[in-house]
Amino acid sequence: MFEGWPLLSVLVWLPIAGGVALLAIGRQSAVLTRWLALVFAALTFLLSLPLWTGFDPHGGMQFVERVPWIPVFGIEYALGVDGIAMPLIILTTFSTLIVVLAGWDTITDKPSAYYACFLIMEGIMNGVFAAMDAILFYVFWEAMLVPMFLIIGIWGGENRIYATIKFFLYTFLGSVLMLVALVYLRFQADSFAIADMYGLGLPLSVQTLIFLAFLAAFAVKVPMWPVHTWLPDAHVEAPTGGSVILAAIMLKIGAYGFLRFSLPIAPDASLKLSGLLIALSLIAVVYIGLVALVQKDMKKLIAYSSIAHMGFVTLGFFVIFPIMANVGFSDGGALLAMQGGMVQMVAHGFVSAAMFLCVGVLYDRMHTRQIEAYGGVVNTMPMFAAFFVLFAMANSGLPGTAGFVGEFMVILSSFKASFWYSLLAATALITGAAYTLWMIKRVVFGAVANEQVAALDDLNKREFFVLLVLAIAVVGLGVYPAPLVEVIEPSLQRVLDVVTAR
Amino acid sequence: MNPNIYLWIPLLPLIGALVVGLPSWFGRPIRRPLAHWITILSVAVSCALSLYVLYQHYWGGAETYNGAVYTWAVADGIRFEVGFLVDRLTAMMMAVVTFVSLMVHIYTIGYMQDDPGYQRFFSYIALFTFSMLMLVMANNFMQLFFGWEAVGLVSYLLIGFWYQRPTAIFANLKAFLVNRVGDFGFVLGIAAVLAYYGSIDYAEVFQAAAAQDNAVIAIPGLGEMTVATLVGVLLFIGAMGKSAQVPLHVWLPDSMEGPTPISALIHAATMVTAGIFMVARMSPIYELSDAALSLVMLIGAVTAFFMGLVGIVQNDIKRVVAYSTLSQLGYMFVALGASAYAAGVFHLMTHAFFKALLFLGAGSVIIAMHHEQDMTKMGGLRKHMPITHWTMLIATLALIGTPFFSGFYSKDAIIEAVGASDRFGATIAYWAVLLGVFVTSLYSFRLYFMVFWGEERMGHELRKDLRESPAVVTVPLILLAIPSVLIGWFTIGPMLFGDFFADSIRVLPQNDVLGRMGEHWTGPLGFTLHGLLTPTFWLALAGVIVAWFLYVKQPGLPEVIRQRARLLYTILDNKYGFDALYIKGFAGLGRGLGNLLWRVGDAGLIDGVLVNGTARTIGRVAAAIRGSQSGYLYHYAFAMIIGLLLLLTYFIGTWQGWFA
Repeated sequence: MFEGWPLLSVLVWLPIAGGVALLAIGRQSAVLTRWLALVFAALTFLLSLPLWTGFDPHGGMQFVERVPWIPVFGIEYALGVDGIAMPLIILTTFSTLIVVLAGWDTITDKPSAYYACFLIMEGIMNGVFAAMDAILFYVFWEAMLVPMFLIIGIWGGENRIYATIKFFLYTFLGSVLMLVALVYLRFQADSFAIADMYGLGLPLSVQTLIFLAFLAAFAVKVPMWPVHTWLPDAHVEAPTGGSVILAAIMLKIGAYGFLRFSLPIAPDASLKLSGLLIALSLIAVVYIGLVALVQKDMKKLIAYSSIAHMGFVTLGFFVIFPIMANVGFSDGGALLAMQGGMVQMVAHGFVSAAMFLCVGVLYDRMHTRQIEAYGGVVNTMPMFAAFFVLFAMANSGLPGTAGFVGEFMVILSSFKASFWYSLLAATALITGAAYTLWMIKRVVFGAVANEQVAALDDLNKREFFVLLVLAIAVVGLGVYPAPLVEVIEPSLQRVLDVVTAR
Repeated sequence: MNPNIYLWIPLLPLIGALVVGLPSWFGRPIRRPLAHWITILSVAVSCALSLYVLYQHYWGGAETYNGAVYTWAVADGIRFEVGFLVDRLTAMMMAVVTFVSLMVHIYTIGYMQDDPGYQRFFSYIALFTFSMLMLVMANNFMQLFFGWEAVGLVSYLLIGFWYQRPTAIFANLKAFLVNRVGDFGFVLGIAAVLAYYGSIDYAEVFQAAAAQDNAVIAIPGLGEMTVATLVGVLLFIGAMGKSAQVPLHVWLPDSMEGPTPISALIHAATMVTAGIFMVARMSPIYELSDAALSLVMLIGAVTAFFMGLVGIVQNDIKRVVAYSTLSQLGYMFVALGASAYAAGVFHLMTHAFFKALLFLGAGSVIIAMHHEQDMTKMGGLRKHMPITHWTMLIATLALIGTPFFSGFYSKDAIIEAVGASDRFGATIAYWAVLLGVFVTSLYSFRLYFMVFWGEERMGHELRKDLRESPAVVTVPLILLAIPSVLIGWFTIGPMLFGDFFADSIRVLPQNDVLGRMGEHWTGPLGFTLHGLLTPTFWLALAGVIVAWFLYVKQPGLPEVIRQRARLLYTILDNKYGFDALYIKGFAGLGRGLGNLLWRVGDAGLIDGVLVNGTARTIGRVAAAIRGSQSGYLYHYAFAMIIGLLLLLTYFIGTWQGWFA
């Protein structure tokens, strides 16, 4: 029924238009504002579903729209999705809907601007994933910073100014280098179309520079160790909704960049530097896992846990080189590693969003994120505790939840690269459970710790609904990941083909 | 046979668990009788179907079933499936799991009747039954791991069932994390299986393992080994966690913080035996590696003997039984390590009945004692609780291996098998399990005499109130006592020396100790009479007599011995120091390292030096440059002249080749 619709443009511009409309309404009515925001978010989400239903996994780029934009430079307004972008767009529209619901009556300060920021953010992120033109991608990529800057800067915590500046500079510095690389590539490929930049056969030295330029942009976003320190600060200061979008979507954009740009455009450099990338990924898993263990602030803990989980994504993407180089095993494994990384991206989107929302539920009531301020929450909030424990288990990678699928695939496949890679990655089984469940023990279980905990109210209907939806997603993906795995496989295979065709 | 039956067996307890559980997890539990009726019915039907499956597979001639339920995912050509492999080994496990589970369900009505978490408890044990069934019915490694982790999850929830108790929520975190250490090895084992055998489906893996002729591989840093050794050792690390073998045993005694019914079901009869089941199931791989089997045997032997010793100094009734469980699991591993897989699984089965009985009996005592678990405050209970007393005595006799009781057949078979084995470590293991018989008998009868004989050491109020537990408690005791006595006599023939496990367990001819023992097999009576002539029987008897002398005849003596053997007592009382090492050592190290990396690495180096340092440096440079922009014309003119001079020097220098 949506055939012939410029569906992707709608997904980009509808929420942006909605955001602008909200800004126009201004402060007239908080109720009207949030209902309008809900309508826009829900509509966008519903309109993103045809992407899934009408998608042909083997069809390459789909829902393509092409309009010349700046013909002088050959820049096109070109949108399209493959099996890598499509799930991420749906994840974006889903997360935004969740964020609108989660902020419902807890955001009292400038609600119209708050929702406008998120809607505009949604459109921009959809644009990032759908862009087929490098400059269009870059424009969306940079534009993304502004609403997130405002979200943290306006609705954030006490140290929000330090956090926003750190966030902005970190991410901005990286992306400037990316722009240089893109302009260089335009002259090599004679086109700004990303697909034209593949298979140029550039010399290794040039590829290495391009790879490093991309790395500066993407590694910061993921974030990879050691350029990760902006994330815990940003999360701690961000409002709940900001944390959800940051963790669920923005981090994925860095990993998406590796798939879309680094690997296919600079395959030789990727091969040469894969050892470095694998090392950084494993440091993220082991080092960050230990750092998460000693956090006293719940949001910081989950932020560090996010970095460790994203380590699996980058590990999955770069471990393909040693897998393909290593003979003496049964065939395959490289694609499995990439699929594991990709599944982990989606899974982490659900699980980290859920974890941050759970902390948000507690924060709304007690206005503290310190673990030591809590204890025995289960006594007064049994419903909440059931959800929190479920999501904590998913965060620990329990089979049957989303958190397991990607980690399992990456650990399994990286064994073919090296026993030791697999071993270091598998330490996440221990550290992940340790930091997550130790927090659960101190926050959820035990006797009622103090009067504030004794006075807690359990989830209201809205919060229950939001967490229930996420719980269904987390368990659903864990019990039956086949639909996602099937959708992403052909597209990842194409990336792998480009990489191996070097 | 209709394969749908297989599906319904695990599905029914899952449905029961969800129907009862979902409302209770969200704080709106359904009515109590409804909760126990729904779960009990679901498990009862599941049990009946399991018995039917067992019947069909042994007497009905049913073929081994191997089929997928659904495809979880296909990635990179690898099929990840949820599917069942049902042969006689699985059928036997299903019957044991569902039967013990059913008994525990019924028993729980009595044990938990005053507990506010009644419905939640029933949902958990039904969920456990589902998870355990998925584990034993798996036909591939992924589902095995699913079940493996799912039982771990339920165990975590149940150990911490009384979540207000600090000790309970400490114990459940500890259990989960120690198990995760095992799972860490287990998952690497699965990765190795996929890497070398190219599949995670049991049948395909076993085929590949046999076909590969056990290639030697080199792992940098670990040296050369065969594929089977690597896989076997890694998977066994998982088994050490789940089945609580030294050094990953520390969680099991603490798991006694959970309600007693689950101690019987999860921490004695079923979940902790998952490791034994796994090794037996993987016999086609383990048979290829003498090294892995030696490790299994030695770890089992150490656990069997040394954990039994700790049982002697425990005063908490449940902890004695817990250490006994550790020790008996060690026996099972010794059997597996000697390639007597059938003997290990046979002991698993007999142990499931008498150990569940022992725990449930202990629970019955705990009910009567108003939740007092200290045996030094018990005594003389046999007069007040005749059914509990007699069934506990039966369980104890079975545990120490009294002839004609089930435990005798399984334990004697293990000791004989390991004695006949010539694998590396078999001699040590033989002595460990042989002397372990005395230890078992000593701690078991110590418990029995301290609880049921001697003077009544409880307070006066309590003594007046002592009475036998209600029928929902005693009937399961009686129903478990029957197999505890009889099952060994009737099943030893087919299981150990017949063809019961012919399709499930693969033993190489040169390793087949049970086959060699079978040459002298003349039936259960002959085996029993032969047992009377072995040192095993006399060691067990000696244990009983010593226990009787110390705890009935001369009750003051143990204290004297304790004083004399201070050092030994201290070592045993501290459980060899494992807990201190793990909590102060490893956990402390982890936290210390985390703090170090965070404060020095993240905050100090990255943020302090790199990020903020860069910002500071830019600030300083900017300040310095700002100084140059003074606004005075002669400053600028001077700078221009300097610059001009430098440029001139450069061009002339290049032209003249000064810099070449």
